[in-house]
Amino acid sequence: MINTHDIIETINMIDNENLDVRTITMGISLLSCIDDDIDKACTKVYDKICRYAQDLVKTGNDISSEYGIPIINKRISVTPVAMLASACQTKKIVRFALALEKAARTVGVNFIGGYSALVQKGFSDGDYALIESIPEALSVTDHVCASVNIGSTKAGINMDAVKIMGEIIKQTAELTADRDCIGAAKLVVFCNAPEDNPFMAGAMHGTGEPDCEINVGVSGPGAVRAALAKCGECDLSAVAETVKRTAFKITRTGQLVAQEASRRLGVPFGIVDLSLAPTPAVGDSVAHILEEMGLEQCGCFGTTAALALLNDAVKKGGVMASSHVGGLSGAFIPVTEDAGMIAAARSGCLTLNKLEAMTAVCSVGLDMINIPGDTTPEVISAIIADEAAIGMVNSKTTAVRVIPAIGKKAGDELSFGGLLGEGPVMEVNTKSPARFINRGGRIPAPLQSLKN
Amino acid sequence: MRAFITVLGKDMVGILAKVSMACAEENISIAEVTQSVLQDVFVMIMLVDMSGAKKSISEMQSKFDVLGSEAGLKIHIMHEDIFNSMHRI
Repeated sequence: MINTHDIIETINMIDNENLDVRTITMGISLLSCIDDDIDKACTKVYDKICRYAQDLVKTGNDISSEYGIPIINKRISVTPVAMLASACQTKKIVRFALALEKAARTVGVNFIGGYSALVQKGFSDGDYALIESIPEALSVTDHVCASVNIGSTKAGINMDAVKIMGEIIKQTAELTADRDCIGAAKLVVFCNAPEDNPFMAGAMHGTGEPDCEINVGVSGPGAVRAALAKCGECDLSAVAETVKRTAFKITRTGQLVAQEASRRLGVPFGIVDLSLAPTPAVGDSVAHILEEMGLEQCGCFGTTAALALLNDAVKKGGVMASSHVGGLSGAFIPVTEDAGMIAAARSGCLTLNKLEAMTAVCSVGLDMINIPGDTTPEVISAIIADEAAIGMVNSKTTAVRVIPAIGKKAGDELSFGGLLGEGPVMEVNTKSPARFINRGGRIPAPLQSLKN
Repeated sequence: MRAFITVLGKDMVGILAKVSMACAEENISIAEVTQSVLQDVFVMIMLVDMSGAKKSISEMQSKFDVLGSEAGLKIHIMHEDIFNSMHRI
């Protein structure tokens, strides 16, 4: 029999330290739904999603109650909709968003991602139409998430797309200003977007994926912090070792759930995303792990080094626990979704500059950051360009999900509710990068990509 | 299918009897039991076979929640696979 200590540890992790499986995301290819008549295409999209995902929520709940492990979200990712839009003659692409919303409501998932375009090198007509429709699509739907990939290590950065996305983010926030600008919280701009990411808002089902698959995202910042608290004043080698061991255990539960969901739904298992994903709940914070390592508050000097250690150890521990790893995999630092980050941002200890440095060593980017409502589209574009440059040069995924708080200034608050959380509007450098952004064109791919 | 039942709480007379009675009522067979008292806290772990059980794990958890709150104990029942996958390579 397994020893008592291990059993009590597992129960503690689930009961007191918020260990959970964050999401089971079903990836569904919509390539078979392409039609030049948008009405027909939308009907095919709705039917296919409902057919494939009809048992997703029930299966997730069954596994959760049978194994005693919470599975927080059941979600769907689909083929980037711009590919379907390219085939349609109409420009009223927002109808795809409505079809996705209707399907999400029918099957009961809490988000559906893939209202996306991949434009790292250039645009097709469908890409343009989709990007232009994003503000409206996110204001008339509740469950649809949008993402746009504007750069990659292989292709460089499409600065025309960067310029447009600054404007699109601003418009999206304006259209949902009556709802704390929540539209912008469902929109993310990527460099090196992964095609099998189960986490929102950036989930999509890439063209290299099978017709349907199950991807799982794990969580567990609370469990990592608790394990570190038990270590006392050990050195950082021991800290890394403890994180690795805990990440291994967390990931094993994700692997178990993924295999079980895959078997029950009769859908191939894709990947486990080895991520430490925080929630605003007390005891579920990545910032608090960094503080447990010995920082007075997240955002002080030492934060980037501590995060680098954490991110690497999570991957090392997780890789061995899962047969296939993918998605974003690493520690997330979404400000409004993390109690410790919210506190650090409110106190002024955590700034946008520090967050940018942190994104160079962790799995995503500038995530869930409220910025003043009068921030210009050019400044937003420049934030995206800086972040994309970090991703491009370091061959990693980076992303920007900033929320312009329309009518508010630094120090005010936005509250989205649920997992999206709440947080202060952060100070942004307002000096103008407009000339640089308005040049357009492409930033060439860095030399390191030319390895063939 | 097998599951682990864990019982945590203040030591008192009849804990083992209460939990095993609840199992017997639902036709759950007890395969192994270990128990210890650590600083006044009673810890009991049972490995049970649920292949003939009348109730599912989640139904048993509800039953144990009621029993636990009456007796001032925390009782969990979880699928064996969770522990095997977490603690065995």
